[in-house]
Amino acid sequence: MKRETKQSFAAVNPCRLCAPLGAALAFAGVEGAMTLLHGSQGCATYIRRFLISHFREPIDIASSSFAEDEAIFGGAAALEQAVSNMIAQYHPRLIGIATTCVAETIGEDVARYAREIGARLDSGAGPVLVPVSTPSYKGSHAEGYHAALYRIVETLARPGAASDRINIVAGMISPADFRFLREVCNGFGVIATILPDYSETLDGGIWEHNRGLPDGGTGINDIRAMGSASNTLSLGRGVPDMSAGDFLERTFGVRHSRLGLPIGIQATDAFMNALAAACGKPVPARYAAERSRLIDAYVDGHKYVFGKRAVIYGDPDAVVALAGFCGEIGMVPALCATGSAAPGLAARIGEAVPESDGPVTVLDKTDFDGISDAASAAGADILIGSSKGNFIAGRLDVPLVRVFFPVHDRIGGQRLLHLGYRGAQELFDRIVNEILDKRQRASKAEYAYM
Amino acid sequence: MSATVRISDVPVLAQRAPQVALAGSGAAPSCGTKSVAGSVSQRACVFCGSRVVLYPVADALHLVHGPIGCAAYTWDIRGALSSGPQLHRTSFCTDLSEREIIYGGEKKLYAALCALIDRERPAAAFVYATCIAGIIGDDIGGVCKRVAREKGIPVVPVQSEGFRGTKKDGYRAACDALFSLIEPPPRERPPLSVNILGDFNIAGETWEVKRYFERMGLSVVATMTGDGRIADIRRAASARLNIVQCSGSMMHLARRLEESAGMPYMRASFFGIEDTARALYDAADFFGDAAVHGAARELVKSEVAAVTPELSRIRARCRGKRGAVYVGGAFKAMSLVRALRSLGITTAVAGTQTGNADDYAALRGLCDPDTVIVDDSNPRELSSLLLARGVDLFIGGVKERPIAYKLGIGFCDHNHERKLGLAGFAGMARFAREVESTVASPVFRFVPRNAAPASGAPLGSGT
Repeated sequence: MKRETKQSFAAVNPCRLCAPLGAALAFAGVEGAMTLLHGSQGCATYIRRFLISHFREPIDIASSSFAEDEAIFGGAAALEQAVSNMIAQYHPRLIGIATTCVAETIGEDVARYAREIGARLDSGAGPVLVPVSTPSYKGSHAEGYHAALYRIVETLARPGAASDRINIVAGMISPADFRFLREVCNGFGVIATILPDYSETLDGGIWEHNRGLPDGGTGINDIRAMGSASNTLSLGRGVPDMSAGDFLERTFGVRHSRLGLPIGIQATDAFMNALAAACGKPVPARYAAERSRLIDAYVDGHKYVFGKRAVIYGDPDAVVALAGFCGEIGMVPALCATGSAAPGLAARIGEAVPESDGPVTVLDKTDFDGISDAASAAGADILIGSSKGNFIAGRLDVPLVRVFFPVHDRIGGQRLLHLGYRGAQELFDRIVNEILDKRQRASKAEYAYM
Repeated sequence: MSATVRISDVPVLAQRAPQVALAGSGAAPSCGTKSVAGSVSQRACVFCGSRVVLYPVADALHLVHGPIGCAAYTWDIRGALSSGPQLHRTSFCTDLSEREIIYGGEKKLYAALCALIDRERPAAAFVYATCIAGIIGDDIGGVCKRVAREKGIPVVPVQSEGFRGTKKDGYRAACDALFSLIEPPPRERPPLSVNILGDFNIAGETWEVKRYFERMGLSVVATMTGDGRIADIRRAASARLNIVQCSGSMMHLARRLEESAGMPYMRASFFGIEDTARALYDAADFFGDAAVHGAARELVKSEVAAVTPELSRIRARCRGKRGAVYVGGAFKAMSLVRALRSLGITTAVAGTQTGNADDYAALRGLCDPDTVIVDDSNPRELSSLLLARGVDLFIGGVKERPIAYKLGIGFCDHNHERKLGLAGFAGMARFAREVESTVASPVFRFVPRNAAPASGAPLGSGT
């Protein structure tokens, strides 16, 4: 295995987003929550636009709208005005205050501002304020996402009598994936707090009235109860060392386990077994049927994918899990790339793909320019990643299977299911069909059976 | 504590009350102010204004000096086409990290510029300042000067720190950047020549407009910035007339060229039959040339004849519907109001992100007295207005789309991300088909607004 970090003077077609976007996504998964970005108006608007183009839902993110005065003298008053105007318009239950480059660089003490503003708000009816530090010049959207989750739990979780509850803290998965997690917990009959949960807030039904904030999200009371749960399962190999799960373990003694995203048979087995162990209940029978159907499909389709070379890119969570999935079905994850700094990525992919036959290149801190070059060198048959790699797929004339975030050039990115046996089933079918489609088009015979 | 007040039956933040008014009321909405904190403005920032205006210059290197987000969110963001180089579609960023925040980013900027210019061989480079570059005080101008000297191409700093004003100030910074490239006028200007300013060649619109002028016998020197090239921009002062579309973004450049090079300008819109025809006739009037006049008449006659049957057919399906418009600039809003009217649609709400007082005065004059005019609006206001005014069709950009769709209201994109050319006569027919595709779609009979079943009623009983 070869690990490379792109040494570069500039990013060319970025493969990562900034921390405030991740924080906004995390806050979008909390009941009645709304994000306020402390900085210039553009940060909020650009991030809204980027999220809207994927989720195709209203995503209202406020800004303290810095002008030169705030950039010079500080934005405490603007922040308070923003909070007050958000309350007047949206009546949120929680306001996540995420910082931006400019606020961080001028040294805004947002945690203190939040405390002071909170003290002046009507104590019973006012929203909970959750400040989080998310400068764009540090880390990526994934760090912003996990930092926000940490602050949410730190602010809200309370100790309580030990209960059978469990917590699931998940990385940046799709609304359909969150729905899957909820369904599994219901199947097990376990009371769970799934944090965050934007399955309804970012993929909800049509409105009859002008609602302001959408329904759904992890309940505030359910987050409070996270401190009294027996276990926290963190899903995603990119979950940082100081995560919400670590906080709960350290502060309230809630046992914390880290798992990869459950994509494919082995990873889903591990998740199901971990869940069964955490709640002391057997895996519901229906999952045995789904698992069996998936194995049946693997056998039906294995020849089409065997030895095919996949280029996988995205967040570390997704890349590790997809590499494991590719290895499991006989594909070679020839290139695994992420825009984030992920020093442990190569080792984790090594664990996830033990029987891979062929060299695997692992690239972190890269951009799409780097992925494009490395994909040519790796000899790609198929790309698996966000829609932003479409130009590479076009250049190499190979199919792109769109997964995770963002999917800006197709409808339904929010409903892509990746997790569980059914998620793997969908992925497997899509990958095989893309390969068949290419083969069918390439032949003059116009085969009717493939 | 802030409160909301009710204007035209919808709640509006008290601080924003002066920015919302009926067209027939005593005063025009106030405008030109920065966005109210916490209002969830649809505007972006100064950087955004500069980036969208300069983006279509296809043979330039566009380098964002700032953090990764500013570059990631503006990568390949416009549907601006190029007939040649595609360099504008690649996103370049110095990707500032904590290290540069502490020690300064000039070294990194210099290294990035040199390496990228060597690699891409651009005709010029634009360096966009972001908030952070301004705060840490990098001397971008100094670095640009040095690289320009060493590499022998123009390297132009764009003063677009996000917090230094509104999107409009970003337009201004972009105009200043373009102006700095333009060479002094030659002694003799070709008699029948124009520049097109403020068209961005979305889905080939600049090409369409350029073809009209060429058919009239006018030569087009520079298009700014749609399908733009540095060499053309540099000799822009050799044209006789600047034709300024999307006047919000390019008027500053037109004025500077008038002052410095004595170039006259005229405002134009190529959106809608009426406005396009007027723009062509105005240009012909300017040159006062009989052949140009004749060609313009011929052109308008044949183009209008070609689209009239289609427009009549669609007008019959749209008549009586109510529309709403929320776009960047007021000049476009006015064109849209007229174009909708030509399809039998009245405009119940008209708003813009960056309109100025003159624009709003003109917009009020054009609209019905009970049309709501709104400046720098937000999702809460817009959704309330759409419902309160019984709007069937909303016209805006990507950020406005979910506002309409979530409430089950039809929508057409008229922003820079679209893939459909809407300029000119054929463009109007395409626009009409866009309107038809949402106004006449059968899916809207299922939405609660049109088909709310009584509670407890069997599913589908409302439809």
